[in-house]
Amino acid sequence: MRIALFTTCLVDGLFPHAAAATVRLLERLGHEVVVPPGQACCGQMHVNSGYPGQAEPVVRNHVRAFWPVVEGEWDAVVAPSGSCVGSTRHQQARVARQAGDERLAVAAERVAARTYELSELLVDVLGVTDVGAWFPHTVTYHPTCHSLRLLRVGERPTRLLEQVGGLRLVDLPDADQCCGFGGTFALKNSDTSAAMVADKADAVLASGADVVTAGDWSCLMNIDGALSRRGAGTRAVHLAEILAATRDDPWRPPGTRRATARSAS
Amino acid sequence: MPAVPPKPAAEPLDPLRWGPTFPEAARGTLDDAQLRTNLRRATRTIRDKRLAVTAELPDWEALRDAGAAIKADAMDRLPELLEQLEANVTAHGGTVHWARDAAEANRIVTGLVRAAGAREVVKVKSMATQEIGLNEHLEAEGITAHETDLAELIVQLAGDRPSHILVPAIHRNRDEIRDVFRSQMPGVPDRLTNEPAALAMAAREHLRALFLRADVAISGANLAIAETGTVAVVESEGNGRMCLTLPRTLVTVMGIEKVLPTFRDLEVFLQLLPRSSTGERMNPYTTTWTGVTPGDGPQEFHLVLLDNGRTRALADDVGRQALHCIRCSACLNVCPVYERTGGHAYGSVYPGPIGAILTPQLLGLDDADAATASLPFASTLCGACYDACPVKIDIPTALVHLRDRALHDGGPRRPTAAGAAMGAAAVVLSSGRRFRWALRGAALAGRLLGGRRVRRLPWPGSLWTASRDLPALPARSFRGAWAARVARVSRATRDTPAAPDGRDPRSGERSPGTDGRGRP
Repeated sequence: MRIALFTTCLVDGLFPHAAAATVRLLERLGHEVVVPPGQACCGQMHVNSGYPGQAEPVVRNHVRAFWPVVEGEWDAVVAPSGSCVGSTRHQQARVARQAGDERLAVAAERVAARTYELSELLVDVLGVTDVGAWFPHTVTYHPTCHSLRLLRVGERPTRLLEQVGGLRLVDLPDADQCCGFGGTFALKNSDTSAAMVADKADAVLASGADVVTAGDWSCLMNIDGALSRRGAGTRAVHLAEILAATRDDPWRPPGTRRATARSAS
Repeated sequence: MPAVPPKPAAEPLDPLRWGPTFPEAARGTLDDAQLRTNLRRATRTIRDKRLAVTAELPDWEALRDAGAAIKADAMDRLPELLEQLEANVTAHGGTVHWARDAAEANRIVTGLVRAAGAREVVKVKSMATQEIGLNEHLEAEGITAHETDLAELIVQLAGDRPSHILVPAIHRNRDEIRDVFRSQMPGVPDRLTNEPAALAMAAREHLRALFLRADVAISGANLAIAETGTVAVVESEGNGRMCLTLPRTLVTVMGIEKVLPTFRDLEVFLQLLPRSSTGERMNPYTTTWTGVTPGDGPQEFHLVLLDNGRTRALADDVGRQALHCIRCSACLNVCPVYERTGGHAYGSVYPGPIGAILTPQLLGLDDADAATASLPFASTLCGACYDACPVKIDIPTALVHLRDRALHDGGPRRPTAAGAAMGAAAVVLSSGRRFRWALRGAALAGRLLGGRRVRRLPWPGSLWTASRDLPALPARSFRGAWAARVARVSRATRDTPAAPDGRDPRSGERSPGTDGRGRP
């Protein structure tokens, strides 16, 4: 299959290793990956912060960048983020309609219909749960709110994780509780957000895992930041990075020499 | 003086919205470790019970859909249904009063109590009368209102404010309740223990005397049926049944959104409400009455139909679904924000997710009242409320919509730093080229920082770094790395015949094929 990667702005700028891992994984499975250069952001930040008017050009750009999927040039669009896929499915058309652009709304719906979160693409479209990964760590999975409730990805991520060689999956207490990120909520209501992520960090540590994973770097950034502030050894690793790791090419913390050199090759 | 201090201490001027912004109020409540422990325990208990009893109904989702559809229909035909309700209540010997706002409703109720010659009234727990501050108004007029719902009684005796729609004293534990009873309830023995049974018996004795001597009762209504003129109250303790049957005069204050078209609709809501609110299959007491019945129950019945901002809310296409709320409080019990801050942080009789969308609409968002406008932002949009709501109110979408209104309603606002930042971000994020330049700047900063985590930032970044580290900025963005890979591959293949995929500028930069690197 020919699959377009929707990198998402956060991953592109802050967590490039998650996008590189997505590419590595899909290519290992025999697929061709395309990175549309016109893409930037889905517009979620603007919508959720109360600026849907300013989200309109952002949405327009996103729809233009991924339109070839509708014309059949690519088979699917994939993003390593439940929250950004949720935005394409549930917010973009609404933004366009509010701006009075019905054509853009319909176009956004058509692109969104072919856009998948990573675990959805693997399980539903590509039909795999064993991706041949190897990750010898104790892992706990945080089902991010938008993957859990907006996309209903359900058991897909854990089914994928269960097939990873060497991986021991442990339960996260109160897994379905929000980590307190919420985009600008983390700033606007920073005290409440801090209280929430403190509880999430407690839960991660109580799980006994040495790695916490999720399908979204936004939530992981929040959880990882709280773990790091406590000096905990437990790390956040994106689901794509776990699934991309193999015996020959094991996971290394981002920023290490090998990981950087490897990130695009 | 109560042994346990009231929370919050000050009497609000307007029970619909008082106090500072949500973030400021939350700062105070988050520090109360006891409150957080109480809340966590209580919300978890109700949450688990609700999940258990909703899971056992095979048609639960269909019931939710039915509830949502009936409510949407009722809101579409509100004027017609209210007139039908009025006609049928009147036909059965009741009297209907219309109240535009809190002041008018309070005036009407006070007049009715006076006309009945009463100086004290018994009350069934009612959100509508709390919303208009009826108790305080009556007190100022020399009339004593006794709350008879156990939790409401605790709150009233403590000089407190409710912090939950269903369990107003959810923020109090048993020791605190015993202390309130000992110091505030006449005739309570000093030896009163914190055993639930002992506390309940003390309250029972206290209340029984009030029920038997009151001439007037004031209630809210869970729903009213336009088709028949029937009003219903759903409760657990039997205090409601006492109030609704013993006194000679009954005054019901009801928000206009509580009307339902037909008697058959009861079938849906009497299933949805108890399971969603208390996690019970059925509530112990459901009282319905239609006007007055000679020789049985109250001989005088007054129904006060309260607007107080509801038609204003109805005018909002997206936000109006807040009026579908049946006050079950399931959204409060699943809300991670509510669980940490408690109800008082919302500064309204309607706390939690539903309060965050209802209160700003009832009051309007066009007067730039900063404190009320902070409510739609008091959520991470995690969506737990939407999943729990028995009538499927899409609270996250309404929150996002009301954020827009809070920032942009009522004409041009003075420019803010956040607005400017959003504008700048929109410029960068609406073009792949401009975003690439921005990422180059970030990558440069990343190289300067040398892959170190950021532990302290100036404001507003400090709002993040106060409790969390920031990740290390990478030395290269993904698209930077990808461009380098594409260039490398095209150099390597320059001498070989062109790849079949002549690059279309719209179609993107392709990966260099998968030959030889297929399945592992």
